[in-house]
Amino acid sequence: MRMKRPAFALIAPVLTVLTCLFLIVPIGMSILAGVTENYFVGVRSGLTLRWVGEVWGLYRETIFLSLQVALATLAVTLVVGVPLGYVLARSDSRWVRALEEALVLPVAMPGLATGLALVLAFGTFRDFRASWVFILVGHVLFTLPFMARSVAAVLSSINLPVLEEAAASLGAGFVQRFFTIVVPNAKGGVLAGALMVVTLSMGEFNITWMLHTPLTKTLPVGLADSYASMRLEIGSAYTLVFLLMIVPLLIAMQWLAARGTRTLPSKRG
Amino acid sequence: MATRITLERCAKTFPDGTRALEPLDLAIEPGECLVLLGPSGCGKTTLLRLIAGLAAPDEGGRIAFDGTDVTARPIEARRVGMVFQSYALFPNMNVAQNIAYGLKIRGDAPAATAARVAEMLRLTQLEGFGERRIDELSGGQKQRVALARAVAIAPSVLLLDEPLTALDAKLRESLRIELKRLLGALKVTSVFVTHDQAEAMALGDRIAVLSRGRIEQIGSARDIYARPATRFVAEFVGQVSRLNLPGRGEVLVRPEHVELGAPGTGSFDATVAVCTFLGNLSAIELCTDDGQTLLAETRVPVAAGSRVGVTLDPAYFLEPRS
Amino acid sequence: MRASRLLFLTALPALVIFIAFWLLPVSRLVLVGASGKEGLAAYLSVVTNDIYRASLVNTVPLSAAAALVSVGVAAVVGVYLQRREFRGKRVVVSLLTFPLAFPGVVVGFLVILLAGRQGLIGQVSEQLGMEKVVFAYSLAGLFLGYLYFSIPRCVLTLMAAAEKLDPALEEAARSLGASPWRVVIDVIVPALGPALVASAAICFATGMGAFGTAFTLASKINVLPITIYSEFTNYANFAAAASLSLVLGVLTWLILMAARSLSGQGSAAA
Repeated sequence: MRMKRPAFALIAPVLTVLTCLFLIVPIGMSILAGVTENYFVGVRSGLTLRWVGEVWGLYRETIFLSLQVALATLAVTLVVGVPLGYVLARSDSRWVRALEEALVLPVAMPGLATGLALVLAFGTFRDFRASWVFILVGHVLFTLPFMARSVAAVLSSINLPVLEEAAASLGAGFVQRFFTIVVPNAKGGVLAGALMVVTLSMGEFNITWMLHTPLTKTLPVGLADSYASMRLEIGSAYTLVFLLMIVPLLIAMQWLAARGTRTLPSKRG
Repeated sequence: MATRITLERCAKTFPDGTRALEPLDLAIEPGECLVLLGPSGCGKTTLLRLIAGLAAPDEGGRIAFDGTDVTARPIEARRVGMVFQSYALFPNMNVAQNIAYGLKIRGDAPAATAARVAEMLRLTQLEGFGERRIDELSGGQKQRVALARAVAIAPSVLLLDEPLTALDAKLRESLRIELKRLLGALKVTSVFVTHDQAEAMALGDRIAVLSRGRIEQIGSARDIYARPATRFVAEFVGQVSRLNLPGRGEVLVRPEHVELGAPGTGSFDATVAVCTFLGNLSAIELCTDDGQTLLAETRVPVAAGSRVGVTLDPAYFLEPRS
Repeated sequence: MRASRLLFLTALPALVIFIAFWLLPVSRLVLVGASGKEGLAAYLSVVTNDIYRASLVNTVPLSAAAALVSVGVAAVVGVYLQRREFRGKRVVVSLLTFPLAFPGVVVGFLVILLAGRQGLIGQVSEQLGMEKVVFAYSLAGLFLGYLYFSIPRCVLTLMAAAEKLDPALEEAARSLGASPWRVVIDVIVPALGPALVASAAICFATGMGAFGTAFTLASKINVLPITIYSEFTNYANFAAAASLSLVLGVLTWLILMAARSLSGQGSAAA
């Protein structure tokens, strides 16, 4: 028994270190490969921004399109998802619960299936099919539940019905209450949801691959293209660009979450 | 100036079929403070929500302010100031912004709003607190802000839903006095919901005692206490002993009307079962020789187990109709 | 009445989007799925058709194995990270969660960097004097990719679950003479049970539908998403693609629902 203890105590830290390496080392390799003159030769071939420059030349349209789609997705989820989150927090009717379940379906089902369904249903609407708005539709379906739930979670943690009654007693109608009481108090959830929506939209591939056309390629679609047809350095440099776009969002999200757990007002009894 | 509130045949049945309020008629006089008193679940809060416009009465009920039918008006169109048990202060605004909210919604000019806010802060003794965040306030301060916010819009009716219940006992008493002073100064028609009879008696020009969705009795604190209309009122407001007297049957008597003397000097003798010293007086639980319990009070504590003579004056017996 | 009508109007835009862009297209998908020459039987083709069945036989064990290994590794790592305080722990935990935001194609590419022709594993094995090890484009590479996107999710879930473990239970077991292994088996694993089940189910479901990773690594390997995709693009066999993707969708949804009811969690959204 005594002999076994050290071995037992070692398993967890060793496995933890290995797991961290497994998850982090490839990212580091990818970053390095993206700025190495010749990856096959190694770092001694010199560091360069040449590949990043080539990515910019070849794929900058995808970067702009991804930003455009992400911001448009954000706009739609703000306009549609914030009110939806409010309804989810305010109502416990069966219909609202059913709607909540239904809206998660596009997230629970493989993106490929959603993409296929959209292509088969709208493929004949040529202009719609060819425009970036077609991709926007897929991204909205996929991200809407995240915004709505993030907002609903924050609103459920405060005593919203009474706050609204108080505002109504002071003369505020439904729309006034929504903008002066509901939205300001949902701010944390809206912000967290917004970061989530933008991050998900920028990284979405499974639906987008079915929806894109040669003229509407998003960043992940471009990534798949570069991995298949370009040299490793270019794929890596492109990945580096993607990381530079997405990591700040991830850090902001974690900062927000850490701040939220510290200052979240405790629910009154 | 103050508003007269009338309710006609107002009942409330919830969607699940429970009857929260039996059909009732009620008139609240201009400028008076009516207290709705009763145990939890008696319908007092439902009644308040009907007046506020937060709930609609069942078909056929009618609510009027100064003769104008407001039954179909939602709360935001009724100009009622409301104070909630949980304060319901907006966490996204500071104290001054909370107080100014109703004025802004109404579209008052900024200068007029600022002046009114300052006046309200002064009135509720919150000068200097305007910029405070809500979570920096104590319970008593929050309650004052809630009151200031409700009063700021000069409401036609002030509705208070257990506004002091969330506070601790000492603070509750001092705020009760403050509130009485304020309501007296404002001369606004107010409806105050509470389950605390001391609060009710201190604040109510009239008290409506509710039980199981009905108004059992409505009257001044003195009326309710000295001439309870029903046995429920007698027992809910103040303490009362139920005693079976030979030849008279059951009588209800308040502890302060039970006179104690030396054994043999009264109508009958009894034994002191428990004596609780309360400071200004002592509460005594007597046990009569035929095993009944009788509450009394004295200025001087009496040892448990001692024998006393009891005198009851029939003039003080309570006589509820039911 | 007024209030519920206002709430309905507030949720209406979301409802319209859902009906127009998900419910109707998916209903259409159901019809297309049955429009082939086999009709409704297309929905059984995943077991009756040899190629599709082979694809299913590839996909299910692969996803299941990846889910089990991920949960196993993540349980140890999650409990360890939750309990140990060390400098830079927050940074490590943040780094571990980054892969959650990577699209499948990026995960596939990272596997290529690890186990591809110019990959790290190949170089290391060559320098050790062995034959160059390259497995990125095989089932093993796919497995590695599935681990890559599954482990972070499981670690987060299990860290949260480990936070709620009552240390008194373990101390009680120890005081009764249980060895560390016994404590793990008798106390920790049962307490983590719901989180383990939920994580495994989410990983399994994600693996079943993982298209991007497989797309980058190998169009050679027949896993269901790839099969569906090639039926659609290479053979224009819309009926087969539709019926297979619906079967896949229903399957993943059922797994997530089952996990949710088993673990008592509120949400199936991964």
